[in-house]
Amino acid sequence: MKKLEVAINNWEEGGIQMEIKKIGVAGTVESSDINIVIEPSDQLGIEIYLQSAVMKQFGRQIKNVIEETLRNEGVENAIVRAIDKGAIDFVIKARTLTALYRALESNDYSWGE
Amino acid sequence: MSKNGVGREIPNYIEGIGHLKPYEKPFSVIPNGNKAGAKLKRPLPHASKMVESIEEVIIATGLRDGMTISFHHHFRNGDYIVNMVMNVIAKLGIKNLRIAPSSLSTCHSSLIDHIKNGIITGIETSGIREPLGTAISQGIMNKPVIIRSHGGRARAIESGQLKIDVAFLGVPACDDYGNANGFSGKSACGSLGYAKVDAKYADQVVLITDNLVEYPCLPASIDQSQVDYVVKVESIGDPKGIVSGAIRNTTNPKDLLIAENAVKSILASGYFKEGFSYQTGAAGASLAVTALLREKMIEQNIKGSFGLGGITAQLVQLLEEGLMKGLYDTQSFDLVAAESLGRNTNHIEVDAGFYANPHNSGCAVNKLDIVMLGALEIDTDFNVNVISKSDGVISQAAGGHPDTAAGANMSVILAPLIRSRIPIIVDKVTTVVTPGETIDVVVTDYGIAVNPLRQDLIDKFKKANIKLYTINELQEIAEKLTGKPDKIEFDDKIVGIVEYRDGTVIDVIKKIKNSN
Amino acid sequence: MVKLRRTMMYVTGNNPANVMDAHLYGSDSIMFDLEDSVSIKEKDSARILVYNALKTMDYGEVETVVRINGLDTPFGRADLEAMVRAKPDIIRLPKAEKAEDVMEVDNIITEIEIKIGMEVGTTKMMAAIESPLGVINAYDIAKASKRLVAIAIGAEDFVTNMKTTRSPEGIELLVARSQLVLAARAAGIYALDTVYSNLKNDEGFIDEVKLIKQLGFDGKSVIHPRQIGLTHKIYTPTEKEIKNAIRVVDAIKEAEEKGSGVIALDGKMIDGPIVDRAYRVLELAKAAGVYKEDEQNV
Repeated sequence: MKKLEVAINNWEEGGIQMEIKKIGVAGTVESSDINIVIEPSDQLGIEIYLQSAVMKQFGRQIKNVIEETLRNEGVENAIVRAIDKGAIDFVIKARTLTALYRALESNDYSWGE
Repeated sequence: MSKNGVGREIPNYIEGIGHLKPYEKPFSVIPNGNKAGAKLKRPLPHASKMVESIEEVIIATGLRDGMTISFHHHFRNGDYIVNMVMNVIAKLGIKNLRIAPSSLSTCHSSLIDHIKNGIITGIETSGIREPLGTAISQGIMNKPVIIRSHGGRARAIESGQLKIDVAFLGVPACDDYGNANGFSGKSACGSLGYAKVDAKYADQVVLITDNLVEYPCLPASIDQSQVDYVVKVESIGDPKGIVSGAIRNTTNPKDLLIAENAVKSILASGYFKEGFSYQTGAAGASLAVTALLREKMIEQNIKGSFGLGGITAQLVQLLEEGLMKGLYDTQSFDLVAAESLGRNTNHIEVDAGFYANPHNSGCAVNKLDIVMLGALEIDTDFNVNVISKSDGVISQAAGGHPDTAAGANMSVILAPLIRSRIPIIVDKVTTVVTPGETIDVVVTDYGIAVNPLRQDLIDKFKKANIKLYTINELQEIAEKLTGKPDKIEFDDKIVGIVEYRDGTVIDVIKKIKNSN
Repeated sequence: MVKLRRTMMYVTGNNPANVMDAHLYGSDSIMFDLEDSVSIKEKDSARILVYNALKTMDYGEVETVVRINGLDTPFGRADLEAMVRAKPDIIRLPKAEKAEDVMEVDNIITEIEIKIGMEVGTTKMMAAIESPLGVINAYDIAKASKRLVAIAIGAEDFVTNMKTTRSPEGIELLVARSQLVLAARAAGIYALDTVYSNLKNDEGFIDEVKLIKQLGFDGKSVIHPRQIGLTHKIYTPTEKEIKNAIRVVDAIKEAEEKGSGVIALDGKMIDGPIVDRAYRVLELAKAAGVYKEDEQNV
């Protein structure tokens, strides 16, 4: 496993380029949960591979939440593999954040207001 | 095209089916004419009805291309009969058949090949599970399937609308002349309620058994005056799939919460009194309702008149404890019920016509007070979908849902508000099976909603301090959590017609668009 | 309005299904646990999940509590940073042995409230007492902070520290329980009892709830919805209690109308505790659905 390097500037200002160098995993495949695996990517952009029983009805929304969550944290490039078991938005956001910070090996959250 | 009584567009005519009459209201159809009947026969005394094999019996019946055959679904997912018979029919090169099983399970996936090979060109049934349901939703059939409720199927057969040429009926115990029952033998299934209709009205009746008993097989649910041929085979079904052991009471907190809410509404409804009648399902929350109701019956010294429908060990317990006067059994769900049918005098086997045919002189649901039902989707008009999940794929069954909802004094839907992120309450259900005006109460884990048509119940519930939500409020609560689901897109091709119990068309099922 | 805390249901903080619907089962409070029920590898996961749950979900009238990890663990501080911002009603300290333990957490909460511009004191606290020293210091702990609204006894660890085991009758917990209720009453806060883990023994559970109610506890920690109804039933006042409470409340109204400073009933003076009890009984009765104000309650 490579040691992770992250450039953290001023947290309150945001807009930092977060580079993922390690795989981060969070969440389970139990009902109402979502298992998220975040991998480093050498391509530009956030690629999401989603498996979900509610793909037709919520696939689009699930991917949106994952992407938005990552972009809000300053991530521009990542590969995300997600197995969804009917998780609602705040659960998707939470699991994505957890996987991200595990990938960054960081606990420096900005908890917001 | 015309808009029917629940606002669905129904074509006036479909090639291969004929003219369609759109649904109006639950009791708007007044039928004409008389009951149909089986062909007349002239069997010689002491001639044998026994045939050596399935192949021989099919030949003996003279089954030809284009005919209609039927089966029952008392063996549920342990059924061997449908596949056994269809495989031989395929081997014999008979084609273009219409099949009318009372329902189909996941074990019937081989029918997909028979459809692709042109052996089956029409299906009329109460329910279809995956993978067959998925294949039909993807459009493998040229003619739409017809979905009927249990009562609707009985009506169609008894009126002659659905003419069955040959009925192939698996029976757990049978003698060599065609007297049979369902509660004895290694493949016991209990009531033969659906099969009895076919036995009475099909032009030819073939009984298939794995348990040939000495003549006469008594008591008999299907009798020799109805039966033309008897075949013995090794196994008619897998006992583990036919009946479960006694279904245990649920410990799932969500089911219990829904059940408690349901019991509150039953107690406040005014229908829970001496001599009440009751029907319920076999899943989690429904069973819990029965258990809680039993406690109240003992507490308040209230005895019921009859339990109806799918009978479980819980209902048998009520009967044997003297809390219920009788049970009308159209389908036995577990071993205890199957066994009780053969033993308890007041545990009565009834056929699907007695159970729910709206066009005889009075079916059992007409005397029903309270029924607990499930739902896949409910819309803001209280219409219920029990046949297709929200992805639009045919995957379950109409069953007795529309019949019991129409007959009961109070029909109650038990369902979690959200299932795997899918809100159960939608703007418009994907497929209407049961019309909203026959649905009275919706009980979820988040709260209870009453159909505005039942101001009497609303008043009673308010008086009993039961917090009520409107159906729209429940929908909002759900969508606040889940977000609004994207709409599923459908093709224009119609793959299924849903007939209401009176023979009118309440909705159509469209082909699903190919997924990417 | 008397706050009821008859039941506090434990919810595993890392379980989305439970976190989403814990408030549906009718308990007075729900406690999201970041501590014992969450494995060390998942502490971050639970923290983020509960944070987002509290910020997003509408839990209605149910009181929300979060049990953080102790400040002596690598997780406690981060739990507080997140949870004060998530705004549960109460933050629960897992093991308090002395007043300083409470103050330490109180100070950090104050720090964070100031940082985020919240009115200082908004976040309430609860402390669990799980050791002999904690029991001895129960009163000091109970009055250590204005934020503290309740103390609870955690029996498993306590009993182990006492070099004994739990018994059905609970004699080994008698002094600790009594001490806790004494401390809570003297400090004017609530006393909550420990969990009962045998879900198959309804009778044992009911016996224990009857015992702790008689000892004076305001309520019980529960770990499964089925324990909620059983507990509430026992905390439902009897008809006689309700009648007497109504008479007291009527006597108070009468005294107010007369402008009298003295409230009298049946020739006796009614003082503070009796008045409080009357209101509490009516609140319990209302919650149990056996009493409705403005109605003829015969």
